Amino acid sequence: MIRINITKQLRLAHENTQLSIGTTIPSNTITAIYGPSGAGKTTLLKILAGLVQPEQGAVEVNGRIWLDTARRVCLPPQQRSIGFVFQEYALFPHMTVQQNLQFAAGKNGDKSYIDKLLHLVKMEAFIHAKPSQLSGGQQQRIALIRALVRKPQLLLLDEPLSALDDAMRHELRTELYHIQQQLQITTLLVSHDISEVYTLASNLIHLEHGKVVFQGEPQQLFGAASLSSTLQLTGEVLQVIPDGAIYTVEVLTGKNIIRVTAGEHDIAKLQTGDKVCLFVKAYTIALKKMNG
Amino acid sequence: MSIDWQPFLLTLQLALATTLILFVIGIPLAAFLAFTRFRFKAIPEAIIGLPLVLPPSVLGFYLLLLLSPASVFGHWLDTWFNVRLLFTFWGLVAGSVIYSLPFMVQPVQAGLQSLPLSLRHASYTLGKSRWQTFIHVLLPNIKPSLITGIVLSFAHTIGEFGLVLMIGGNLPGKTQTASIAIYDEVESLNYATAHVYAAILLLFSFAILLLVYSIRKKLQGSITGL
Repeated sequence: MIRINITKQLRLAHENTQLSIGTTIPSNTITAIYGPSGAGKTTLLKILAGLVQPEQGAVEVNGRIWLDTARRVCLPPQQRSIGFVFQEYALFPHMTVQQNLQFAAGKNGDKSYIDKLLHLVKMEAFIHAKPSQLSGGQQQRIALIRALVRKPQLLLLDEPLSALDDAMRHELRTELYHIQQQLQITTLLVSHDISEVYTLASNLIHLEHGKVVFQGEPQQLFGAASLSSTLQLTGEVLQVIPDGAIYTVEVLTGKNIIRVTAGEHDIAKLQTGDKVCLFVKAYTIALKKMNG
Repeated sequence: MSIDWQPFLLTLQLALATTLILFVIGIPLAAFLAFTRFRFKAIPEAIIGLPLVLPPSVLGFYLLLLLSPASVFGHWLDTWFNVRLLFTFWGLVAGSVIYSLPFMVQPVQAGLQSLPLSLRHASYTLGKSRWQTFIHVLLPNIKPSLITGIVLSFAHTIGEFGLVLMIGGNLPGKTQTASIAIYDEVESLNYATAHVYAAILLLFSFAILLLVYSIRKKLQGSITGL
């Protein structure tokens, strides 16, 4: 169990907010930290890693105090039992895959554990490759197992899949899930991707403007309305096109553009870029597998 | 016509000694400037960069005053260590180190600053100390900058003139470097020798730069893996 209670001033380009978080995170599961950019997700992760120091607060991991500003305790990252996976992989470019893993493990590292992890992500054939010879997905697999080599108590993932293309992201998401299931390591996943959060995490912390606005199961946040017979989509207004007495509104949801007919009243305060919710009453929603 | 190789030998010795010392003190200095949060970091940066804009004779003049046994510092060196640097080889080395300092520090500092922060952070989270991170992660990834620093310092020392003349004088075998020897020969209207000296220096400098640029391309290739 991880107890967090911290405050930190966030200086962003357009505004200053205060990151102020008090929460506990259960062990052996994946907890997602979800929210828009600038909400403080990555800063929270870096505070846990010891890479950023908060002005005030305490962090306690499995009964051990990592940070307590009141008692002037702040363990450096080297003394915290963590594995950190960066968005941009951060593999050491001058070392081969094997050297990256061995450097992480240290001189007395467990060689057989490295082999086990390599097998887990099916990368045994690439041990002599330099990071630049690998694809993005392969690099992130190595970055993931490099973070696990030292058997940390806490795995911190900072948008680990966001630099990958769709197909690779799906593949790695599944792998990540299985690895976590197998190792049962307490994991914090920073993400702004709903599907990622929904499929991976069993616990969710929703941050906005530096504050926790929701904590619980992802299904509670995203799935509440979906079990009723109302089909609901959220999207972004692309255009409002006048069409005689009425209007056509183009809304982007995911990768689809949906055209909606709207009256004068509906479009009164609507502007391009606004977030909107589309819903229909549907009594029989059909499901059809797509080709490919 | 027999060529006196002494000035070239002396120049090489001076450049080697200077580069070696600069390598040892330049890298920690560059690392400090690259990573410090010191508020007035611009001050040491400006001091180190001074030789880039200052006429060598100005620097030489102040060093001449500073190292002279009549000055407090020169007197202290003389009485405590029995060292007199003025008009000696090691005096030239000391002057050259100051004069070429920015040529070592600036490329290395720029190289270190260009590395992504996540590289350092990744190493810290893997339990590596700052020192281990510096030696095993950062330095190997700025090889082109290190080579640039070494070569520029070396080449710059070879090309020195004004500073050497001010604090070294023109003592054959002791402080007469190749560039001074050329000046000396021209002064004595000995154009043939001056021609030979100048041509050798030109070819030598060109060869060094050629070598470096070809190596650097290869090195960069090995780092990006292309």
